[in-house]
Amino acid sequence: MKTSIARKILMALSGLFLLLFLFQHFIINSLSVISADAFNSASHFMGYNPIIQFIIQPILLFAVIFHLVMGIVLEAKNRKARSVKYAVNGAAANSTWMSRNMIITGLTVLAFLGLHFYDFWFPEIGYKYVEFGPEDPGRYFGELQHKFVNPVRVALYCTAFIFLALHLLHGFQSSFQSVGFRHNRYTPAIKKLGNIYAIAIPLGFIVIALFHYVSLLN
Amino acid sequence: MSNTMKLTLKIWRQKGPKDSGKLVDYPVDHVSPDMSFLEMLDVLNEQLVEKGEEPVAFDHDCREGICGMCSLVINGRAHGPQTGVTTCQLHMRSFKDGDTIYIEPFRANSFPVIKDLAVDRGAFDRIIQAGGYVSVNTGAAQDANNLPVNKNDADKAFSAATCIGCGACVATCKNASAMLFVSAKVSQLALLPQGKVEAQDRVLNMVHQMDLEGFGNCTNTGACEVECPKGISLDNIARMNREYMVASLKKEN
Repeated sequence: MKTSIARKILMALSGLFLLLFLFQHFIINSLSVISADAFNSASHFMGYNPIIQFIIQPILLFAVIFHLVMGIVLEAKNRKARSVKYAVNGAAANSTWMSRNMIITGLTVLAFLGLHFYDFWFPEIGYKYVEFGPEDPGRYFGELQHKFVNPVRVALYCTAFIFLALHLLHGFQSSFQSVGFRHNRYTPAIKKLGNIYAIAIPLGFIVIALFHYVSLLN
Repeated sequence: MSNTMKLTLKIWRQKGPKDSGKLVDYPVDHVSPDMSFLEMLDVLNEQLVEKGEEPVAFDHDCREGICGMCSLVINGRAHGPQTGVTTCQLHMRSFKDGDTIYIEPFRANSFPVIKDLAVDRGAFDRIIQAGGYVSVNTGAAQDANNLPVNKNDADKAFSAATCIGCGACVATCKNASAMLFVSAKVSQLALLPQGKVEAQDRVLNMVHQMDLEGFGNCTNTGACEVECPKGISLDNIARMNREYMVASLKKEN
């Protein structure tokens, strides 16, 4: 934690963990398009399995907080390393917009996470651990649909996932480089896989949101 | 001399480390496309001296692209618009008649401006002093065949060793990170049997010094690799990350 490389490696590891989380979140969300029952039972399992609730969930929360706090700290340190800026900056010629603006895409995702917690996580935690509401394995699908009625919320949701895609276009492959995994045979494949993941998963979330929005219009 | 160019230079002038500095306009005429960029600055300086003005201070030495002394950020690019060349190897044919050219020093808090375009890159020397060497005691060199080196490793070590320590990586990095430089210096030794003995202490000490000097953190934008006049690869940064991880886990105190 004391050195630049240690922080960089931890940033990458927390990011990789969040990528895994996002993938399972996507799989469960996509069930909601296929079958309400399947979505309900998967959600109920995630919501009441003690290992997931009391071991994995705290780890996930820690990873989210660590990743965002460290991201902000590193950005602040990096800005301090050059106090007089260039009058002309030719950065576009040597690096991608995504790689240079992780703080912007990251903070946008964070803002969305606030809305997402307000919509789903806080009510869920309140229901289970504050009100001690009864177990109701059939409630999840309705709660999900209810959130996709308002077009403004759907638009915010879709915008946030575009920013997430931009974040992941750099973040996925960058995390492998940070942990030192680079090889002329595997790295091109990792970059391709990263691009596919970064576009397909957020696009999938957007499609799911639009699917529910449109299906509720009728 | 029919196809000479007329240019407007916007050059960073700063009297000393404490001065705040500013961009100053200098029109130059009769610039030959065959001149190198530094020769063009020489012409400007001669004109300034004739007029009794202070010439522009800039670093240079070999003018052959191998010493690492010349610097300059030209129109926002370290060592100018070409890739794979230092400023001294950049020629005026890369510009057009009537162009406005911004010339700024390598900017990083770890590279304080001495005067105008000349910056103090002593931070790199201190990083090398922290471990960028192989400790050799006295005695005759042994027979080279006693130390077999894999050709592939030898090539990678040589590629890393082509780093001339100019600091373009720092200048171009949005975070002013020195990772490409340090990783090249770590790699060129870590890949060879002579350097492996001290590899772990070396990477820890050099990274420690790099952090002390106030360079920013690497965020893998890859800008350094693009702007590096010697094409030092990001492979070296990944290798240093690995070396660092292993060394810090194995460290005994």
